[in-house]
Amino acid sequence: MSEPFLLGEAMTGGYGRGPDILHDCTISVSTGQIAVIVGPNGAGKSTAMKAVFGMLNVKSGRVTLAGEDITPLTPQARVGKGMGFVPQNANVFTSMTVEENLEMGAFLRRDDISETMEQVYDLFPILKEKRFQAAGELSGGQRQQVAVGRALMTKPKLLMLDEPTAGVSPIVMDELFDRIIEIARTGISILMVEQNARQALEIADKGYVLVQGRNRYSDTGAALLADPEVRKSFLGG
Amino acid sequence: MSMNWKNIGLFVTFFVLVLVVGYTQSWNTALVIFNMGLISAILSLGVNLQWGYAGLFNIGVMGFVALGGLAAVLVAMPPTMEAVNAGGLRILIGLAMGALTIVGTIQMRKRMAPGRARAIATVVVLVVGFFIYRAIFDPGVAAVEAVNPASTGYLGGLGLPVLLSWPVGGLLAAAAAWVIGKTALGLRSDYLAIATLGIAEIIVAVMKNEDWLDRGVKNVIGIPRPAPLIPYEVDLQNSQSFVDSATSLGLDPVIASTLYVKLGYSILFAIVLIVILLLAQLALKSPWGRMMRAIRDNETAAEAMGKDVTARHLQIFVLGSAICGIAGAMMATLDGQLIASSYQPLRFTFLIWVMVIVGGSGNNWGAVLGGFLIWFLWVEVEPIGTQLMNFITSPMADGYWLKEHLLKSVAHMRLLTMGLILLLVLRFSPRGLIPEK
Amino acid sequence: MDLLNAIVALSNFVLIPAIAYGSQLALGALGVTLIYGILRFSNFAHGDTMAFGAMVTILFTWWFQSMGIHLGPLPTALLALPFGIAATMLLLLGTDRLVYRFYREKKAAPVILVIVSMGVMFIMNGLVRFIIGPEDQKFADGARFIIKAREFKAWSGLSEGLAFKTSQAITIVTAVVVVALLFWFLNKTRTGKSMRAFSDNEDLALLSGINPEKVVTYTWLIVAALATIAGVLYGLDKSFKPFTYFQLLLPIFASAIVGGLGNPLGAIAGGFVIAFSEVTITYAWRKVLLYLLPDNLEPSGLVQLLSTDYKFAVSFAILIIVLLFKPTGLFKGKSI
Repeated sequence: MSEPFLLGEAMTGGYGRGPDILHDCTISVSTGQIAVIVGPNGAGKSTAMKAVFGMLNVKSGRVTLAGEDITPLTPQARVGKGMGFVPQNANVFTSMTVEENLEMGAFLRRDDISETMEQVYDLFPILKEKRFQAAGELSGGQRQQVAVGRALMTKPKLLMLDEPTAGVSPIVMDELFDRIIEIARTGISILMVEQNARQALEIADKGYVLVQGRNRYSDTGAALLADPEVRKSFLGG
Repeated sequence: MSMNWKNIGLFVTFFVLVLVVGYTQSWNTALVIFNMGLISAILSLGVNLQWGYAGLFNIGVMGFVALGGLAAVLVAMPPTMEAVNAGGLRILIGLAMGALTIVGTIQMRKRMAPGRARAIATVVVLVVGFFIYRAIFDPGVAAVEAVNPASTGYLGGLGLPVLLSWPVGGLLAAAAAWVIGKTALGLRSDYLAIATLGIAEIIVAVMKNEDWLDRGVKNVIGIPRPAPLIPYEVDLQNSQSFVDSATSLGLDPVIASTLYVKLGYSILFAIVLIVILLLAQLALKSPWGRMMRAIRDNETAAEAMGKDVTARHLQIFVLGSAICGIAGAMMATLDGQLIASSYQPLRFTFLIWVMVIVGGSGNNWGAVLGGFLIWFLWVEVEPIGTQLMNFITSPMADGYWLKEHLLKSVAHMRLLTMGLILLLVLRFSPRGLIPEK
Repeated sequence: MDLLNAIVALSNFVLIPAIAYGSQLALGALGVTLIYGILRFSNFAHGDTMAFGAMVTILFTWWFQSMGIHLGPLPTALLALPFGIAATMLLLLGTDRLVYRFYREKKAAPVILVIVSMGVMFIMNGLVRFIIGPEDQKFADGARFIIKAREFKAWSGLSEGLAFKTSQAITIVTAVVVVALLFWFLNKTRTGKSMRAFSDNEDLALLSGINPEKVVTYTWLIVAALATIAGVLYGLDKSFKPFTYFQLLLPIFASAIVGGLGNPLGAIAGGFVIAFSEVTITYAWRKVLLYLLPDNLEPSGLVQLLSTDYKFAVSFAILIIVLLFKPTGLFKGKSI
C-alpha cells in the first residue's frame, strides 16, 4: 500500500499542560477511504482526532498530510491545507441561514463558491429547500447535514467527523452514513469518530479500536467486525 | 494572616506619606486625609467582601454611601415640628399606601394563576395604587416644603445621637441591596452591575429631588456632632483647661482645637475600621468564608454540592452594601452636612473599585491598604499635578493659550491617573499589592 | 378641533422628542450590543467613547466655524463628524491594542474585561474633561427649526403649535441611514457575515478560517462610528456635557438588555422602548388631556407620573421588569 494521505504517527500528548491522554497512538487514512475510530467511553477517540487536527499539545510523534509534515501548524492553517473538521457540538451557526453557514464554511476561498454549494445541495437536497432558514431552527439530522456541508465548502481533501450521528435517530443515522460513503467516492478521505461502532465499522475501510489512548486493534473494518475478541469486548457480542 | 515585612512596609509607607504631608503642608491636611483614608478603607472592605469573597460586581457603591448620608440626617437632625404637623402624617400614609400597593401586587401575583387575568389585575392594582398614593402624598409634600423653605422645608430627623445613624445607615443600605439582589443576582454578572449602577443613580436622584426628605439640592447643614466624644472647636477654645494644656504643648489653641477634633474622629473611625476588619477576617476564615470562596471559584461545583449559590450571594451582597452604608453615615458625620449633589459615581463608586483592585481583591488587608493609598493619591494628585504642569509649561510664555488651558485642566488629571493606575495594576499585578493567599 | 390640537400637542411634546431620543439611544445601544456580541463584555466606557467622539467633532466644528465654513441651514457639526469618527476609530483601535488585546489572548473572564473597561472609562473621561472641560458646550448652528411653532399655528389655524427642530430631523434621518447601512453590512457583506458568525459561534468561526483579530478590528471601527454619531446627535439635540454622557450609560444599557444583548435588532427596539417610556412617563399630560376630556373632568394637576428628574428610574424600572420576566430580552439575546 502506498503512503497514506493522512498519517498521525506515534502521537503522545494531552490538553494544555494536563496529563497525557494519548500514548503512542497512530492513525492513518488513505485517499478516498473511510477510517473510523471506535472504542469505549473515555478511550481518547475524539482526542486522537483533535490531535490530528492540531487542537492538542502533541509532545512526540508527528502528523503528515500528503507526505508534508504539518505537526507545527495551527488548526486554521490545516484548514488551508485541505482538512475539514466537523465538531461534535455547536457545529453550525445557529443564528445564520443555511446558505450563510455554507458561505462561512468557504470563508477562506476567494474563488466562485457557487459550484461547491450546488454540490452540497445535491448531496443534501433538504438543505436547498431550507437554504434561507436559520440553522438553529432545523432538526438534529438536518443540522448535522449543515455541519458536514459547511466543512465541505472548503473543498477539503480530508473530512474529519466527530461523532456525526450523536443524538440522531437510527433512520437519520443510516442516511448520514450513506452520504458519507458518497462523499468518500468523490475522492475525499474521511476520518470519523463513532459511538455506534458496529454500523460505523460496516462502512469503514479501516478501523481503529482505542483503549485508554492507545491503539488496541487496527485493521480493516470487515476484519475488526469479524474478530471475535473485538466483537466480545467492543461490539457487544 | 501573617503579616510579612513587605506588607508592613506598605502600610508604613502610607503613614509616612501622611506624616510628610503633616510636616510639609499642614497637620490639619494630614488628618483630613487620614480620616477620609479610614472611611475609604471601610468602603473598600465592603466592596472587597462582595467582589473578593464572592465575585459580585457592584458598581452602585455611591447609592449605598448616599443612603448612609441620608441616615445621618434622618437620625441626628432635629425634627421640624411645624412641617411634621403640616404634612408629616400625610406623607407617611402616602408612603405606606405606595408600599401596600407593591406588597399587594406581589401577594396577588402569588395567589392568582398566570394568565391574562393576572396581568390585567397587576396593571390595575399598580395604576390605581399609584394614583391613590399620589393623591395622599403630594399635598403632604407641598405642605411640608412650604414650611420656611429657606432654612427647613423638610421633615427633619429624629434628633437622636448621630452615632446611631451609623448602624441605621447600614440598615438602609442593606434594605436597598436586598431589593436589588433579589432581582439581579443569579443572572449574568454584568446585569448585577447595570442594576446597581441604576439603583445608585435613582437613590441620588431621590435625595436631590425630594426636598421634604432631605432638602434636596438645598443641602442639610449642621448635622450635630457625636458630642461629647467630639466637641466643637469653639467650646474647646472657650475652655480654659484646653487652652492651658495647648499652650503648655506650645500649640496655638485654635489650631490645637481643630487638631483635637480631627484626632477624635480618627480614633472613632479607627475603632470602626478595626471592628469591621476583625469581623471580616473572622468571616473569611470561618467555614462560611471558605464556602463563599468555593462558590466564587467554581459556582457549578458548589451548586452541585447542594449550596444555594444565589442565597449566599444575596447574603454577602447585603452585608457588603451595609458596610458601605455605615461608611456613608460616618462620612456625613465627619462633614457635618449632607450635600446630595456631591455624590458622584466616579468618586464614590469607581474610585472604591480602584482601591480594592490595587490593594488586592480577596484580601482584607489589601483592601484596607488600597483604601489608604488610593485615597492619598486621589487627594495629592492635584497638587503634584499642578507642580508637574507648572514645570512642563514653564518654557511657554505666560498667557499662551496652551499653558493657560493645561494649568486650568490639571484638576482632571485625577481621573486619568486613577484609570492608568487601575489598568497598570490589572495588567501587571492583577492580584494587587497584597494578594489573596 | 380639540382632537387635532391634542394630536399636535402629543406630537410636539411626546412623539417627536421620543423618536429623536430613541434614535440616539438605539445608536448607542447598537455599539454596546456589537461589543457584547463580538468581544463578549459589557463596555462601560461606551458613554465616554460617545463623549470623546462628540468632543473631537465639536473641536473641528469650532475650527470650521472660525474659518467661516458653514453648511447653510445644516449644522457645521455634520461636516466635522467624519473627523470625529476617524479620531475615535484611532482611539478605540489604540485602546484595543494597548489594553483589551492582552486579556483577549489570555481568554480572561468577561467580568475582568468589564473592570478593565472601567479603567478605560476613567481615562477617556479624564481625557475629555482635560481637553474640553467639564462644562456644557454649545456647537449647534444653522437653522434651529424646520417647522416653527408660530408658523405652524398660523398655517393650520390650530391653537397648538408644532415645532420640529433641525437637530431632531437630522437625528432621525441619520439614524435611519446608519442603521440601514449597518444591517446591509452585517447581512450582505463577507466581513459583516463573518462578524455575525464570530458572534454566533467563536470556535466554529475559527475553524472556518475567520480571523478573530480582523473581526475585532472591524467591530471597533464600527463601534467608533456608531458611538461618535450617537454622541454628536445627542449633543446637537440637547447639549454636550461630559457627565451627561456618562449617565447615558444606564438608558443605553437598558436599551441593549431590553432588546436582548448581542442582538442588533433588539438594540434598536430597546432604544425606542426606553425612550418612549421615559418621555411618556415624565411628560405632564395636562395639556393633551385638556383637549380630550370634557370640561367637567378637567385635570387639576399636571398629570405627570414622574418628575423629569426621575427619568433614570424609568429605564431602570423597565430594565428590572425585563430582567425578572424575560432575562434574554424582547428579542433573543445571547445570554441569560
